[in-house]
Amino acid sequence: MQWETVIGLEIHAQLATRSKIFSGAATAFGAAPNTQACAVDLGLPGVLPVLNREAVVMAVRFSAAIGADLERRSVFARKNYFYPDLPKGYQISQFELPIVGRGRVEILLDDGTARTIGVTRAHLEEDAGKSLHEDFHGLTGIDLNRAGTPLLEIVSEPDMRSAREAVAYARKIHQIVRYLGICDGNMQEGSFRADANVSVRPFGAELGTRAELKNINSFRFLERAINFEVERQIDLLESGGTVVQETRLYDPDRDETRSMRSKEEANDYRYFPDPDLLPVELDDEFVAAAIADMPELPDVRRVRFCEEYALGQTDAVQLTANRELADYYEATVRAGGDARLAANWVTGELAGALNREGMEIGQSPVSAMMLGGLLQRISDNTISGKIAKQVFDAMWGGGGSADEIIQSQGLKQITDSGALEEIVNAVVDENRSQVDAYRQADEKKQAKMLGFFVGRVMQASKGKANPKQVNELLRRKLAP
Amino acid sequence: MSLKRSDVENIAHLARLAVNTSELDSVAGDLSTILHLVEQMNAVDTTGVIPMAHPLHMAQRLRPDVVNETDEREHFQSIAPATEMGLYLVPRVVE
Repeated sequence: MQWETVIGLEIHAQLATRSKIFSGAATAFGAAPNTQACAVDLGLPGVLPVLNREAVVMAVRFSAAIGADLERRSVFARKNYFYPDLPKGYQISQFELPIVGRGRVEILLDDGTARTIGVTRAHLEEDAGKSLHEDFHGLTGIDLNRAGTPLLEIVSEPDMRSAREAVAYARKIHQIVRYLGICDGNMQEGSFRADANVSVRPFGAELGTRAELKNINSFRFLERAINFEVERQIDLLESGGTVVQETRLYDPDRDETRSMRSKEEANDYRYFPDPDLLPVELDDEFVAAAIADMPELPDVRRVRFCEEYALGQTDAVQLTANRELADYYEATVRAGGDARLAANWVTGELAGALNREGMEIGQSPVSAMMLGGLLQRISDNTISGKIAKQVFDAMWGGGGSADEIIQSQGLKQITDSGALEEIVNAVVDENRSQVDAYRQADEKKQAKMLGFFVGRVMQASKGKANPKQVNELLRRKLAP
Repeated sequence: MSLKRSDVENIAHLARLAVNTSELDSVAGDLSTILHLVEQMNAVDTTGVIPMAHPLHMAQRLRPDVVNETDEREHFQSIAPATEMGLYLVPRVVE
């Protein structure tokens, strides 16, 4: 039978506020346990939550970015369950009236086709603390620093049909929240987490029973977890079994998903409006201020890059992958002049060097100004593209600006025809037998043999000879 | 709507309440009476009435995003039954 995969994602994006969603405790990552957990986060008696304005602003910005229906009135609700890293016994979330309604994002697939994925809703909520199950004499350790950190939970429609589409969608949301500056997107630190609802069905049939995959902290694992789960469900159904609705944990070490026991009974969260919080009402003024300084979004920027800089789709996609890289590229174009050349260098030499060192664009030792300076010297023929790579490596190693390196290492291209002629003459004199062979060869062979002489001249000039001039000179000298 | 004994057991478990087996029937009766009252309210035509999320006719006040809490871990942990390395210790939870 032909099976169709149906996937929906729930993404938790940790909002990049300084303080928590309902308290004035810090949200900084990596603090000593429980040093950023105040009375409100601990759920001590008598405390009251007060909503962080910035978290609301960030939700409004996200709403605008995905063309969603912003709900001018939203309500916080209590989601009740018992777990020690949730001190109040409930999580403050939004249920019936979330702040962000229906929206959509467009994903680009590897084959260049675009698909629209629906976003059902996004709501504000608080994160829980962390449980550490390592051995504390048979007890569990609880760190509540993360408790109360603001999250935007972004729920998609079950619109994705493959693990690849799910990853493309997750990457798109990741790209948007990072462009907006509302989430740092760090998956290792748990700032961006995805749960996947996966089911399979015979083509065109009703939706099958889904399993929810949790514990996925990279895009690679997301793809693997979904692929494993799809296989598991198909095998199960084809051997006459049934899929049960359950939560499954992905184990990256064994590359499999495993049933999480004891979850079925916990699905009754008994939501009700939180009496400690009033409805959130947003007026025009608030919304206008929240979206006043929206950055150019990735899709818009990609299209502009194609038009303004005459870039191909692949380059434009790569250069707009994140805002810092796109900013870097545009700064390089401003400094260097040639947009096409800048694209080649940013996606080529620079991306390669960053990759090799495991660095982000923000850490690049070669600034956009410096790279632009180098590209200028290629454009005005001071150096060849080959020497430019040498200069780039020297800049990367902290050797100064392109001009300083060209000057101090004497890399300026030799364009003085007198000097070039001297080198060419020497090469011709030293290689008499090749010269004779050249003169006797037919035109086709000569074209190939010319490379030998060009190579010798470049070697003799330490790569500094202008290749175009060398070619011309050699043709003239070698003519019978 | 009337609750069965098993419903009461389930609700009690979700709320982590220990209800004596001998009391299950009477609790089921009491809760059912409350639900009947809700049923009467449900019967009222509320077309066009915005559901009330809060008895106060006010909107939520917002707080500026400022860190104004300091580390009071020692103070808070002085009343905790068990702590270690800055962590609160609780009976082991198995995932």
